[in-house]
Amino acid sequence: MSDDVTMPVEATHIMMFARSVADDNQVYYDADYAKGTEVGHILPPPTFYRSVAQFDPNYFLRPKVGEKWFGSAKGPTGIDEKPKSSGGLHAEQHFEYHQPVKPGDVLTVTTKDGEKWEKTSKRAGKLMFTETIQEYRNQNGELVVTSRSVGVKTERPVDQG
Amino acid sequence: MALSASNLNVGDVHEEVVVENLSRGLLVMYAGTSGDYNPLHTDEVYTVESAGYPSVFAHGMLSMGLTGKMLTNYVGDGRLKKFGVRFTNQVWPGDTLTSRATVEEVRGDEVDLKLETLNQDGKTVILGNATARIDA
Repeated sequence: MSDDVTMPVEATHIMMFARSVADDNQVYYDADYAKGTEVGHILPPPTFYRSVAQFDPNYFLRPKVGEKWFGSAKGPTGIDEKPKSSGGLHAEQHFEYHQPVKPGDVLTVTTKDGEKWEKTSKRAGKLMFTETIQEYRNQNGELVVTSRSVGVKTERPVDQG
Repeated sequence: MALSASNLNVGDVHEEVVVENLSRGLLVMYAGTSGDYNPLHTDEVYTVESAGYPSVFAHGMLSMGLTGKMLTNYVGDGRLKKFGVRFTNQVWPGDTLTSRATVEEVRGDEVDLKLETLNQDGKTVILGNATARIDA
């Protein structure tokens, strides 16, 4: 369980996000065009919601002022010790869409821990899975989106063979 | 253009090439918009020399986002009720991805779809399911 995060939904963020998933559907870029569609307004692409990371002040995969970053700098990593694990990978992602979302909405995102389990794989050794549930509510308190994600930490880098 | 139950049959397939010759530039863009700055996706030096991978690779969520483009092109905007995937293989710079939706069930005003995204070698990188609202 971590603190709730406030995620303002903004047209510029939606535009940039759509570009970054190579989607040129004008409903993400052009408010006038969007007005003439069935939805009637700009809306976020379906996977937009994990961008809540931008609004989480403690999100661990963002370099922060005054803190060492494990990516490369002078050397291949900016931290003194090599990380013990090869890092986390995303194993599964599931969204449920309950209500429409549009620019101007302010979402409150609640994060809850789900299940944890382990498996062994030939390609990456011991696999440690953790599930995270996120509930997105709008300014009227309505549940608009639910996200369930499964992360996996691998014992070693995934063999590509 | 929304789908309509009267025109949908189990086994119907919609397929699109969602990215060709995936660039490291797109990985940088995705890091910037998603807020996931994991160096495994943008920092070749770290990923090769420290993490031990052959090169940077795509965020799972980028592969899902590309798959989502095919999905919304097929079912229409604002029509999705559920969209879920498993990431079955990594996606690398230079990959060309094709996403496919197959109609599994048509129930009144909903359709269930099976999703698959493949790379240029025919390797499955995403397996998933979606449910969308359709016209009667």
